Amino acid sequence: MKTGQTISEKILSAKSGRDARAGDVVVCEVDCALGTDASVPMTIGYFEAMGGEHVVHPERLVFALDHYVPAPSRETTELHRRTREFAKRHGIHVWEVGDGIGHQLVVESGRATPGSLAVGADSHAVTYGALNAFATGIGSSDLAAIMISGRIWLRIPESIRITLSGALSDDVYPKDIALTIAKELGADGATYQALEFTGAAVASLDLEDRLVLSNLSVEMGAKNGIFPADISTFAYLGREYEPVAADSDAQYAREIAIDLDRITPQVALPHNVDRVVPIGEAAGTPVHMVYLGTCTGGRTRDFHQARDVLKAGGGPAPGVQVVVTPASRTVLEALTRDGTLADFISMGAVIVAPGCGSCCGTCGAIPGDGVNVISTANRNFKGRMGNSSAMIYLASPASCAAAAVRGSIADPREL
Amino acid sequence: MIEGRARVFGDDVNTDYIITSRRKRENIDPQYLRKFLFEELDPNFAATVQASDLIVAGKNFGCGSAMEVAVTAVVGAGIRAVIARSFSRTYYRNAVNNGLPPLMCDTSGIREGDRLAIEQASGMVVHNLTTGERVSAGPLPGIMLEILEAGGLVPYFRRYHDFRTL
Repeated sequence: MKTGQTISEKILSAKSGRDARAGDVVVCEVDCALGTDASVPMTIGYFEAMGGEHVVHPERLVFALDHYVPAPSRETTELHRRTREFAKRHGIHVWEVGDGIGHQLVVESGRATPGSLAVGADSHAVTYGALNAFATGIGSSDLAAIMISGRIWLRIPESIRITLSGALSDDVYPKDIALTIAKELGADGATYQALEFTGAAVASLDLEDRLVLSNLSVEMGAKNGIFPADISTFAYLGREYEPVAADSDAQYAREIAIDLDRITPQVALPHNVDRVVPIGEAAGTPVHMVYLGTCTGGRTRDFHQARDVLKAGGGPAPGVQVVVTPASRTVLEALTRDGTLADFISMGAVIVAPGCGSCCGTCGAIPGDGVNVISTANRNFKGRMGNSSAMIYLASPASCAAAAVRGSIADPREL
Repeated sequence: MIEGRARVFGDDVNTDYIITSRRKRENIDPQYLRKFLFEELDPNFAATVQASDLIVAGKNFGCGSAMEVAVTAVVGAGIRAVIARSFSRTYYRNAVNNGLPPLMCDTSGIREGDRLAIEQASGMVVHNLTTGERVSAGPLPGIMLEILEAGGLVPYFRRYHDFRTL
């Protein structure tokens, strides 16, 4: 007799019409697929080469112009033009330049829901796992195949069960949990596998907190990072859905227990996301640029946390550039309404239009040679922000703001 | 059978090291991008790559961004297989979808410049002609093998117009 199923096995069984288990390769019906200005132009090439004429479910597709915002060159404007033109011809919705990061917009718009299969031609599509969706990053050729067939081939992942207990202390944030898990698992510790979050402490994390953990799951190589659905999920989505829960006898490749009481502020050192140390060990490292934004740390609450630390500390230290890039227009509007944006402006921050910004060096502020950056982002690879001689540190919004106040990396609890 | 010269890289080679994001905003033509292959790790690589070369790496090859140019630029340079101890899953699926065999095996015995032959037995075998060592790369699941044998998703879809129901 077959054993029970993990959340990922259940969703992919439902989407493939087979009773599937980890290791099986199945073809699944896709509910939501995102393309971006960085992946759609290539997708169009694949679509045409495959002989594609008709998009089978245009309402399940959406394109976000988010990597080149605003277009920094003639070539990138052309990528936008081709994306818009293809979308118009096939009836696909486009999130325009300045609307925000596609992943944030998928979440805000309610396109990813509990039990759905939501993919994106961008690795951080894993973010929607916070909504109890099976969410994973795919390639441009996959997206073209989805346009033609509505389907995708997927290998069903083994799952690592991460049980969260306890409660976070003051000045400790979901980013610190994610960095702690990255350190524990390593950059390839979950390759081809799913992270399934569970435990009593899940209820204490609201949907925005969960987004941070799901978002960073790919930095451990995970295929997806999925949460159960509960009242926070339904509150965020504005209605109830049938949740997908794991069976009590589901099989896990590995079990990890995380006690939130023991989590402390962490920082990832250049140039790997799993080079994580307690932030005190990096204290004193001079910082020249502080980047607040991205699909990891660019939501309203992230800016509130950073603003509070900055204001309490009297603003950024001389010589520190603070760059603010809200994850979406909705976030930007909220920050405008509640005065947060005015606070950042008065403290000398540079405000960049909602989008991916500096995160992958495709637009926005590029750090100079030898510059140390501390960022709320999810990657710190050499050259990631567009200059391979810059050093990128990753931390929570509060820790980034603490570094801005001191002019060097600092423990936010000591400010 | 595929035969070629090993070009060896280390662990955790991310897609930005294979081809940086900023290059693809200029042009996504593989024949353009191949000029910048691995520029962050080995500025000399693009000038010395030969069509028969094989990429060899340690663990977690192709981690980071899912950008498919990190595969098409490799294919554009004429490379016919990538051999690594492990791959990031997006690189792995992009490789399959572009007809570039991603072979997973112990690569610790392979040195820069070794002559390698990829042989098909019950699974794939990487035969190091320089050292004589043979390492099994295991079999690929059905649909992945079908896509690879078709030459990637483009020829697969041209032939079948959809996924063949499993």
